[in-house]
Amino acid sequence: MSKQGRKDTVNGPRIGVFVCNCGTNIAGFLDAKTVADYASGLPNVIFVRENLYSCSEAGINDIRQAITDNKLERVVVAACTPRTHEPTFRAACEDAGLNPYYFEFVNIREHCSWVHKEDREAATEKAKDLIRMGVARAAYLEPMEPIIGDVTKRALVIGGGISGMTASLELARRGFEVVLVEKQKQLGGLLRAVNWIYPHEKPAAEYVKGLVGRVGKARRIKVLKSSEVTEVKGYIGNYIVSVTSLKEPVTAGIIILATGAEVLVPEGQYGFDSKRAVTQLQLEGLLAKPGTRPKNVVMIGCVGSRMRDRLYCSRICCMTAIKNAILIRKKWKSDVTMLYRDLMCYGIKNESLLMDAKEAGVRFVNYPDDAPPLAEKGEVKVTSAILGREMVLPYDLLVLETPLVPAGTNEALSRMLKVPLDEYGFFLEAHVKLRPLDFATDGIFVCGTARWPAGIQECIEQALGAASRASTFLESGRVKVEPIVSFITEEDCRGCGLCVALCPYGAIELIETEAGEKARTIDVACKGCGTCGATCYRGAITMKHYSDEQLTAQIRAAFEKE
Amino acid sequence: MLDAGRHPRVELLAYSEIEGLKRKGGKFSLKVRKRTRYVDEEICNACGDCVSKCPGKAPDAFDMDLRKRKAIYLYFSQGIPAVMTIDSDHCIYFTKGKCGVCKKICDKGAIDYEMKDKILALDVDAVIVATGLDIFDPTALTHYGFGKIQNVITGLQYERLINATGPTGGHLHRPSDGKLAKKVAYVQCVGSRDLNNCAYCSSVCCMYSIKDAMLAREHDPESVSYVFHTDLRNVGKGFQKYEKRAAEEYGVQYIRGRVAEIEDGPNGNPIVWYEDTRKRKVESLETEMVVLATAAMPSRGALGLAKLLRIKADKYGFILCPPEQPADTSVAGIFACGFCKGPCDIPEAVSQASAAAERAAARIYEEVGV
Repeated sequence: MSKQGRKDTVNGPRIGVFVCNCGTNIAGFLDAKTVADYASGLPNVIFVRENLYSCSEAGINDIRQAITDNKLERVVVAACTPRTHEPTFRAACEDAGLNPYYFEFVNIREHCSWVHKEDREAATEKAKDLIRMGVARAAYLEPMEPIIGDVTKRALVIGGGISGMTASLELARRGFEVVLVEKQKQLGGLLRAVNWIYPHEKPAAEYVKGLVGRVGKARRIKVLKSSEVTEVKGYIGNYIVSVTSLKEPVTAGIIILATGAEVLVPEGQYGFDSKRAVTQLQLEGLLAKPGTRPKNVVMIGCVGSRMRDRLYCSRICCMTAIKNAILIRKKWKSDVTMLYRDLMCYGIKNESLLMDAKEAGVRFVNYPDDAPPLAEKGEVKVTSAILGREMVLPYDLLVLETPLVPAGTNEALSRMLKVPLDEYGFFLEAHVKLRPLDFATDGIFVCGTARWPAGIQECIEQALGAASRASTFLESGRVKVEPIVSFITEEDCRGCGLCVALCPYGAIELIETEAGEKARTIDVACKGCGTCGATCYRGAITMKHYSDEQLTAQIRAAFEKE
Repeated sequence: MLDAGRHPRVELLAYSEIEGLKRKGGKFSLKVRKRTRYVDEEICNACGDCVSKCPGKAPDAFDMDLRKRKAIYLYFSQGIPAVMTIDSDHCIYFTKGKCGVCKKICDKGAIDYEMKDKILALDVDAVIVATGLDIFDPTALTHYGFGKIQNVITGLQYERLINATGPTGGHLHRPSDGKLAKKVAYVQCVGSRDLNNCAYCSSVCCMYSIKDAMLAREHDPESVSYVFHTDLRNVGKGFQKYEKRAAEEYGVQYIRGRVAEIEDGPNGNPIVWYEDTRKRKVESLETEMVVLATAAMPSRGALGLAKLLRIKADKYGFILCPPEQPADTSVAGIFACGFCKGPCDIPEAVSQASAAAERAAARIYEEVGV
């Protein structure tokens, strides 16, 4: 599959191009061989190889070998996305003694084969264009070294619910200082409103009390109640966070977001009145106190979820409802009917709890997605999807299973911390499958229902996981940051301060020099976004790894079809 | 995989099994059997010369027995470490006493027929169990005809068919006649949510079946898919949207009803008999291939391992962890993550892995006292 291009280059560096098939993900929708043949004719390209999977051990070995054998000075891989695979290919270059920033990634999967599945010819042509552009830029790449920064050995945890408390305790146990910020007057979060938890099979209050007690006793955890974060400055290793209850800001090396979620209040639906028609969370409150003994209880699933404006399934409502239905059968001896669309009893314990509910005499009625029940005058009318006819169910208590919705503070926190939200307003992790607890921004982690609805055990797992992710930085006390930052040429800078004002990361400062005030980049804080570079009217700012020279070459190549 | 393979602080012992564990104070002493590959791992570079000349054949377990592999083989093309292994049960040299082709062809001298298993003693502070899953064998569910009707396959077999490196190069050539299967049924809860087999929900089948159906359409615009299900349990992040997109953009049809029987029809076409609980009718559908979403179970050997480590497991072999401390097993210092402690999806497995790493790290760095 290898193909030699020109034997040598005239002036430029010796470039190797690797075209990945990604199984059929790429080669299934474009002609990878034609693309590889084309690449071999490009300027400075002296080596081309087509791989089934460039990221496999064999593919990586190929790259290393080719660098050594052909004295490659630049490596271009045309494959998938730098988000997942750039580190892999850079490492391969490094292993073979090539500076990792001599590597150029061309995306011919997400940007090409996957979006042009219907037009093989056009996809092939576009892949050629993209590679030609990548090769042109590669010629101008410069070697760089990573930036090393120090990490303050203190964690800031935002949110004092079960996730935040668990993460704080775990980090404290490892010997790190923790500042735990809670918006409410008390720790405990949503769990404080819950009556009973399973599969723990114990009162939630007992569990919360235990955790809160341990947090209170932990000498390394500083708890700030009735407090909110108002400003976040800094960067991984060195965050400076203002909190309402403190005069001086807190410094922290990392931040864990554990701000939880809220329960949707079903205003105006099914006669919701917090008395006879309540939410599942309100039912928890009723179950915790003596008094209520309704004869007939009807629960309605998916109130406000799995619908047009809120498409998602809130994951925990069915299980909460089933848990409570069993408790009602035991405690109140009421007749309980649960109206549902799909019973989301995933896993072992959930499924077995469903069996328990059936044994306890809870009745389940499946209603069709397009015909939600109606409730009026103490009766629920529901179409049974199984029977195909309407059933009328009297109720003394109607329980509405409403979803968890993103906390109201998410938007403000998202702006302050510069981490994204998903389309519903939950925090959006770096990779939904492979990096569930990280953000694309280093140094900030997420766990619990701030990320997505989750059960208690799942929240604990995520909290421990987030603590683990955070501890890798806290333990070493050092962080390696991408050197893709802005560089300010002092002689050209007039110290106007425009870049300082515009930098979204607070990564540029004005310093006093003999020649007057000059702007300077704080390398560790800079994300390489380019705002400053685009703004500087003096042309004093260069973006490393995205210099004008590199980008111009790439753009020129785009229009230079032979 | 590659990251783990090249990490300077990770030593991989593939093709190895734990045979004993002793506790010494707070530490563990493990006996590990590193099975012989009859190939020197330090020398072999997986060039494949031996494979091309090897005359011995065996069913390819990685390809779910859908094709044969050679007696000397690489488990799969992206496998780590990339070294060959001789399957002594099928190697002609081992079974008949003569051949030796691989040894002759290997110019690096990596083949060694005399190589023995190695017993390693490892002293460690913590153990993490992450033994994953195996799938339920649906043969005993005779009403589904698996093993008798050629075009009834398991979800994992389908994964190999639709995979570019699989036996059909990523095209859905069905087993009976190699014809491209364009009308495929996906049957949920095969062995799962079944009181006679696995009473629990395997959690991942609804989503992977939908994914499989979407892949079929991507490979072939004429493909039509039917997912037979009870509750469609798509509870993860973005899953509902995915389910909807499959129906709207990929023509995936969801039919609510458990499949009662699969019959061998004309031209190798399996006929699916089911009760459509929405229409309240017993119906049948002639398909070109049926994919069974078989229950996921703890890896075979999980119960044995649990016994050896003296950690508690349930009757299926899932490792039991207390809900308050879900990464800890019943033995201090032994942790667990992923499917070995219950069905879970990728992001949950990854989160749990970080949790187990955290608990192990806390032990290694010693508890300093909160």
